[in-house]
Amino acid sequence: MEQILNFITVNQQIIYIVVLMIFVGIEVIGRVPSVLHTPLMSGANAIHGVVIIGAIIVMGKAEANNHLALILGFLAVVLGMINVMGGFVVTDRMLEMFKKKKTNH
Amino acid sequence: MSQNILTVCYLIGSITFILGLKMLSNPASARKGNLLAGAGMAIAILGTIFLYKDVETGEYLHNYEWIFGALLIGGIVGTLAAKKVKMTAMPEMVSLFNGMGGACAALISIEEFNHLSKEIQTNPNPDYIHFIQPTVLIIVVGLIIGSVSFAGSMIAWGKLNGKVKDLSFTGQNILNLLVLASAMGLAGYLVMHPAHSMMLYIILGLSLIYGIFFVMPIGGADMPVVISLLNSFTGVAAACGGFLYNNEVMLTGGILVGAAGTLLTILMCKAMNRSLKNVLIGSFGGNSAKSGGGSSDFGHYKEISLSDTAMIMSYANKVMIVPGYGLAVAQAQHICHELEKILAEKGVDVKYAIHPVAGRMPGHMNVLLAEADVSYDHLLEMEDANEEFSTTDVVLVLGANDVVNPAAKTDPASPIYGMPILDVELAKNIVVNKRSMKPGYAGIENELFFKPKTSMLFGDAKKVLQDLCAEIKNS
Repeated sequence: MEQILNFITVNQQIIYIVVLMIFVGIEVIGRVPSVLHTPLMSGANAIHGVVIIGAIIVMGKAEANNHLALILGFLAVVLGMINVMGGFVVTDRMLEMFKKKKTNH
Repeated sequence: MSQNILTVCYLIGSITFILGLKMLSNPASARKGNLLAGAGMAIAILGTIFLYKDVETGEYLHNYEWIFGALLIGGIVGTLAAKKVKMTAMPEMVSLFNGMGGACAALISIEEFNHLSKEIQTNPNPDYIHFIQPTVLIIVVGLIIGSVSFAGSMIAWGKLNGKVKDLSFTGQNILNLLVLASAMGLAGYLVMHPAHSMMLYIILGLSLIYGIFFVMPIGGADMPVVISLLNSFTGVAAACGGFLYNNEVMLTGGILVGAAGTLLTILMCKAMNRSLKNVLIGSFGGNSAKSGGGSSDFGHYKEISLSDTAMIMSYANKVMIVPGYGLAVAQAQHICHELEKILAEKGVDVKYAIHPVAGRMPGHMNVLLAEADVSYDHLLEMEDANEEFSTTDVVLVLGANDVVNPAAKTDPASPIYGMPILDVELAKNIVVNKRSMKPGYAGIENELFFKPKTSMLFGDAKKVLQDLCAEIKNS
């Protein structure tokens, strides 16, 4: 019990971020029209690509002679980057079509 | 100084993610929102590469050639894949990208654990082990969620492009729970005894198996919901990375997507009038055998010729087009718009009735028709369309099936029972274009096709529409 309370105190900042972000996340997309479900999902998919930052840190910390770490890190950065770039580009392509139609009238 | 700049970079990243998501949920600002979040991501990534200092050693990152090489490869592959993918395959693509993110999170966990277990070997005293236990917990949670998300997304991807078939057997739910429980049990053990490093790979294996089993029995028509759910999983996995490195932007981005993704999943379920539990446990695959097969029960269907279709459409006052996945597969959106224009010239009022889950994803049809420059005003949402069917002369169903299946209203045994549908039956004539009499994605027969008011017009949507346009022009 004491350990848990201690953990909460030590990490209180992080826990605050988590709690507040949960509310922000729910609040922010609360009124999305169903037309935008797919692009929104795709956009959110690109945003969680932020995991690539962890991959970059892992990669950048690996010692130059630790081949396993280098290969795993390299793979992680490649996959993370596919998530980020692909996610944003595919979302943009979906939304481009919504926009084109607007300029037409 | 550099650490302060990095903090500002992460702050900018977090704010753009929130604003970006906010803007993405409004049609007018959606595109800008996406670009804004993208810009924030770029700032956060570049800041990390050049300004991040290791907490333990106080050094900047190195291995720049590896990092930039990987960014370049990932960037090119991601961009090409996203640019090349056909409109019809976009849902699969999102699933694939989501899987990449999950795999990335799992790899980070593996690597961080390897790093830790080396430390344990050199410094095996209980105090140190006690000290790192919370870290191990976060690593293992990230590993489980990341690999479930990866394996699940791959299966969802395979299902959407037809490579993976539904698979379900009795006791599957129990087996799934057992696999998940044992992965979690072993995770608990590993946190208590971090020196048993092999355990990590067993947990990895179990999580991958769980991810596969979890998605395997769920029918293809429900994949959008599953992808959205896995999307929020990956968000949580990314947030685990944020915990691990005390990194605010990973934490905010990850939790934001985790929360928003969960809500979006529920909203998608609501659009289909089903609960999430119903989607995940009461899978389509299991029930379809019972209600399928009985095609002869409904009697005979009748076919209609192209020229007859052309005639009833050109003499109609009001025509309603119901697009579905078949339209997307045939890439017939442009010719469909063409037909709309030809009919409009003849004074026919042409509208589109859009079911919220027509196609493979909510909004799929809107995106597709928008590509062909179909005006926004001509697209009716389900409620509005249902009010207009009774005054409609001809309904043209283009490759849609389950969303117009009256069984959703009348047959409690049907797997799609309770899903709101387009009431096309209210119209005077219904022309259904399909490639064959094969059932739709939910694998169930459609009584609509056997109704006296319904006529079937078989053929590929694009070919049929082209011929129809020519026919109407000539008449």
